[in-house]
Amino acid sequence: MAFDPNNLMQDRITDIGPPKYDKFFPPVIKENFGKWKYHEILEPGVLVHVAESGAEIYSVRIGSARLISVDLIREMCDIADKYCDGYLRWTTRNNVEFLVSDKSKLQPLIDDLRSRGNWFPIGGTGNSITNIVHTQGWAHCHTPAIDASGVVKSVMDELFEYFGSHKLPAQVRIALACCLNMCGAVHCSDIAILGVHRKPPFIEHDRVQNVCEIPLVIAACPTAAIKPKKVGELKSIEINNNRCMFCGNCYTMCPALPLADGEGDGIAIWVGGKVSNVLSVPMFSKLAVPYIPNEPPRWPTAVNTVKKIVEAYAAGGRRYERVGDWINRIGWERFFEKTGLEFRHEHIDDYRLAMMTWRTTTQFKF
Amino acid sequence: MAQKHATPMLDELEKGPWPSFVTDVKRMAPKSKMCEDWLGLMEMSYRDKEGHWKHGGIVGVLGYGGGVIGRYCDRPDLFPNVAHFHTVRVNQPASKYYNTQILRQMCDLFERRGSGLTNMHGSTGDIVLLGTTTDELEPIFYELTHDLGMDLGGSGSNMRTPEGCLGMSRCEWSCVDTQDIIYDLTMEYQDALHRPMFPYKFKFKASGCPCDCVAAIARSDCSIIGTWRDNIRIDQEAVRAYVGGELVPHAGAGGREKGSFDIKAEVVDLCPTRCMEWDGKTLKIWDEDCTRCMHCIRVMPRALRPGLDTGATILVGAKAPILEGAQLSSVVIPFIKMEPPYGEFKEFVEKMWDYWMEHGKNRERLGEMIQRVSLREFLKACDLTPDPRMINTPRFNPYIFYDPAEVPGGWEHDGVAFRQRHQA
Repeated sequence: MAFDPNNLMQDRITDIGPPKYDKFFPPVIKENFGKWKYHEILEPGVLVHVAESGAEIYSVRIGSARLISVDLIREMCDIADKYCDGYLRWTTRNNVEFLVSDKSKLQPLIDDLRSRGNWFPIGGTGNSITNIVHTQGWAHCHTPAIDASGVVKSVMDELFEYFGSHKLPAQVRIALACCLNMCGAVHCSDIAILGVHRKPPFIEHDRVQNVCEIPLVIAACPTAAIKPKKVGELKSIEINNNRCMFCGNCYTMCPALPLADGEGDGIAIWVGGKVSNVLSVPMFSKLAVPYIPNEPPRWPTAVNTVKKIVEAYAAGGRRYERVGDWINRIGWERFFEKTGLEFRHEHIDDYRLAMMTWRTTTQFKF
Repeated sequence: MAQKHATPMLDELEKGPWPSFVTDVKRMAPKSKMCEDWLGLMEMSYRDKEGHWKHGGIVGVLGYGGGVIGRYCDRPDLFPNVAHFHTVRVNQPASKYYNTQILRQMCDLFERRGSGLTNMHGSTGDIVLLGTTTDELEPIFYELTHDLGMDLGGSGSNMRTPEGCLGMSRCEWSCVDTQDIIYDLTMEYQDALHRPMFPYKFKFKASGCPCDCVAAIARSDCSIIGTWRDNIRIDQEAVRAYVGGELVPHAGAGGREKGSFDIKAEVVDLCPTRCMEWDGKTLKIWDEDCTRCMHCIRVMPRALRPGLDTGATILVGAKAPILEGAQLSSVVIPFIKMEPPYGEFKEFVEKMWDYWMEHGKNRERLGEMIQRVSLREFLKACDLTPDPRMINTPRFNPYIFYDPAEVPGGWEHDGVAFRQRHQA
């Protein structure tokens, strides 16, 4: 039956969940599920997986923006129909993988992808800089300090040679979050680009009592900087600005406390995090640069800073060493020296458990 | 064709070798009024260096408490076609395999009933339909459920859309069937996914091995990470082939060069527990010392494979910084067999949720609650036994909360007897 706006309950289907995972498997994946033996990267962006049975599947990985139109998806579909029997998948890092079961179609697919201008760069495997995972930014979010898609595009343009090659010591995972909320969870990335605010919220006293639950706003502040306050007849709040660390959590709870500001906001850069358990254990990313101004449309200072870090790592990192492993081996004093980044008071932690990060040994390098 | 709004700043993002989202959206603009105004609004954000979207209003589909994020722009006077620009989260098939038929159906639906812009995919894993109006929400939901066989994902204080790596479908290292685990949890807990019942969001992520390709350990309240507890499988013939330069090390991740491979420097000496030895002919691994970091397996994938007694390590509490600082997940179940129907695991999940729903404060993630009440209380609530694998080191402060049940006489003192022994 067709949709009837006046009778939503008619024929209503709910809680069916997603399509089952194997519904869209290529036959070779279905047949060899759980029976894969090994894989190899034939060239940057091109993988072969070989099953116990000897069956093979080829995957051609391309970079893509996270924000894409239905027309671009349709173009990907056209390509998949032509070479992949209609099968493709996305990776967790916004890359697309064309899944080729017929080896004779592999090279024609690669040639076709390369012939379509800049849309389908092949790479993102092995010791490369793969696609940047990121958040919405100015495209669609209400709390961002920076844009996301534009910064990512600018950084990937500059680091493009590393996407389609394997010349780094290990893989480098870059992530961007446009505010401290980090819906993109960038806190364990080799290089993290983070949007930060630097001005405490201003209080719209005439709106607070109408649009906010004052107790929830007070509870939302991690440093207890917010107190209730009566302003004339209006129930409102006051903020101890000296205790504000610009997390924006109060704004999430109360739209009458805006803190975004074109001049106050900008980018902080973090380095040395990882999630994999390979060789070393998972690590958080640590502060490398506390603040870079917002410079749309191409954020040149942020882009150059990221590039500087990548190049220092490419020059100094040993085979298999992630950015964080490299820094741990050479020490932070050497990291700032080799990257030419300035070490400032903001680098010394003064939040909870800060002491855990202070140097409690005479072992360091001159 | 002339653009409705000039976008001199955005146009700069059409340059360079990486695919341009600006060019992509501009191609859509002639047939989508929403895309036209979205470009104008973005340009204004670029000029102001500030975003122009308001807090989400409460919108959704009947009977669901999540899956739709209300979004309104703050200059509807200038950009009326994005006055409403809501997001619809659609639960992706686990690990994001598609055929072109379902993708085209999705594209057609979202071109008809929305902006035609998407995120493939959002950070949590959902397919994100970016930008539609309130009156299109029910029709979109109807078509999704009736014609596409798809459903909404999570938002707000729900279980969020679970996500896993591609697991056994195309990876030889996966120790658990991540896709089935994720599908099973998603189906079992549809109610928690669609109707907010928790203090805050709750995320499951499953990775098939310790490489953790979905970043479960950093991004999920409950991380399921595949592992094994027997011996690494060794094909000594293949080890010698790597050493002899017949096979490409690291599966080609560091280039296709053969022959320069130094097994001692690149594998044996880098092993974090030094549990391997190479005598020129045979690779010996002392598996009881192995911590399963995956390095040797990654470097010699045709020679080494994870063991056969496989299962998962369960860790809990990861989250991004807001509110109490970023946390990684901590081990609470060192090893569990993860086999359908996952009864033992679900028993744990439900104990964990019951405790969190009772003790968690509003907007307190699981990891923050555990920090507040202590890991010990959490373990007790979930009937888990303390294990050295749960810690990096025992405590180094002496401030122990002893259990009165373990002290003879509990916390009671015999004050009279004490004073008979000691004058005040």
